Amino acid sequence: MFQLVLFYAFSAVLIGAALAVITARNPVHSVLFLVLAFVTSAGLWLLIDAEFLAIVLVLVYVGAVMVLFLFVVMMIDVDVATLRDGFNRSLPLGLGIVALIVLELSVVLGGSRFSDPRGPVPLADGGSNIRALGEVMYTQYVYPFEIASVILLVAIVAAISLTMRRRPGRRLQDPGLQVQARPEDRLRIVKMPSEPRK
Amino acid sequence: MLDSILAIWSQIPEAIRVSALIVLKILAIVLPLLGVVAYLTYAERKVIGYMQARVGPNRVGPAGLLQPIADAAKLAFKEIVIPARANRALFIIAPVLSFLPALVAWAVVPFADGAVLANVDAGLLFILALTSFGVYGIILAGWASNSKYAFLGAMRAAAQMVSYELAMGFALIGVLMAANSLKLNDIVLAQQGGFWHWYFIPLFPLFLVYWISGVAETNRLPFDVVEGESEIVAGFHVEYGGMGFALFFLAEYANMTLIATLVATLFMGGWLSPLENVPVLGQLPLLGQNGFHWLALKVAFFLFCFLWFRATFPRYRYDQIMRLGWKVFIPVTIVWLAVVGVFVHTGFGPWF
Repeated sequence: MFQLVLFYAFSAVLIGAALAVITARNPVHSVLFLVLAFVTSAGLWLLIDAEFLAIVLVLVYVGAVMVLFLFVVMMIDVDVATLRDGFNRSLPLGLGIVALIVLELSVVLGGSRFSDPRGPVPLADGGSNIRALGEVMYTQYVYPFEIASVILLVAIVAAISLTMRRRPGRRLQDPGLQVQARPEDRLRIVKMPSEPRK
Repeated sequence: MLDSILAIWSQIPEAIRVSALIVLKILAIVLPLLGVVAYLTYAERKVIGYMQARVGPNRVGPAGLLQPIADAAKLAFKEIVIPARANRALFIIAPVLSFLPALVAWAVVPFADGAVLANVDAGLLFILALTSFGVYGIILAGWASNSKYAFLGAMRAAAQMVSYELAMGFALIGVLMAANSLKLNDIVLAQQGGFWHWYFIPLFPLFLVYWISGVAETNRLPFDVVEGESEIVAGFHVEYGGMGFALFFLAEYANMTLIATLVATLFMGGWLSPLENVPVLGQLPLLGQNGFHWLALKVAFFLFCFLWFRATFPRYRYDQIMRLGWKVFIPVTIVWLAVVGVFVHTGFGPWF
């Protein structure tokens, strides 16, 4: 009963936040509503005992990705008026894509999966699903998992090498040399005879 | 008297009893924590005072002991000024957002064997997720203030926290490889058997990385470019006064206490006594026994280190902070994770 109330509360907040992401006038507010959407969907996942997914969603998306998003959105100077103009123009296209996605999802998943009254199946040995997930991921699916991570690594390296520029005349510090510096290298003490008193 | 209370207690419906117990447990964690935070500020001023050949606060109460209470009362009665061009809603939410995760993370911290509010399986992940949430309060405060200095502070905070979180996460991976669990309670239990069983010995580089990154995560000196008084006045909280400022202040000190507790729990055996299994000394009544007092001692030591660093080190330059995080800590942790992998495989020493 209590879980049902929580489910509808989280769902309502999630839908509201998702709508606010695209309707908010201020881009920073949009990003914050997206953060709210992520946190509430993490709450929904917790309700079906998927605590690993929920925590990872908060950790990766809220904790890292959205911080960088916010970082970028805060610094760019967006002209809200032109943005609103574009919103109205691309609304039909957006609605069409949404309808297509809903259609595809309902074909793939079907109504039967959403009305399953059993809920998540508890593990046979009563262990946590984090352990079960880890076991499956690192035994049965270890190659797909590792290939996916290598592809991500390649993407990171490619993105860095595409944007890296080598400018001539850049003055870089060498921290190793800085640490090795001794007082004798920087300061020369000169012994001088004092001037004789007249 | 006690019987009648118990009789009344047993007549309350089960659901209310469970919720009431949880609320009482939360109060039993949060209220002492706020006390620790209040007297940490006092300790900070005293410790730094003596390190700089001063006495520190000594006017309010005996030896200045009532100073934190006087400070809190003063902050509570101050007017909250909201800048005219500020974003009102976010300006008010920001301090709350920074204080909230600092408190919630304590839900999974064990204070003695089994003495934990929620002994969840993914305790370590939960803490990582919540500490990464804390940066929002700082970023929003900087942005909503609509002030250049505050905004610069917020930008620095975002960059610094994202960089050091990676190193912290990698250091934690070493701990969970050694302990074979994400439960903080199990991690402590895996270190049983005297101080030579604690993880700071086999994981020494990770211990250093985690501790230094923890100092950087909490924006304490020498990594406090987020506030950097000499450069950007007070950084993200420059426009805040009264309780708004007090919440940021509380969050910073609660986070310091959390990091100190985590270092003690993950690397220094938590509530375990270092004299466990030591002949003669291990039999001592209080010192040889495991318990909350050992955790408190270790946390106090690390908190003292926070104050010590503040009094000793000059502030890092911004680019050097970034270099330390990305070019030093992350390679060190990756190399040591490979070493830990070999340790785990060969069952090295008393640790694995």
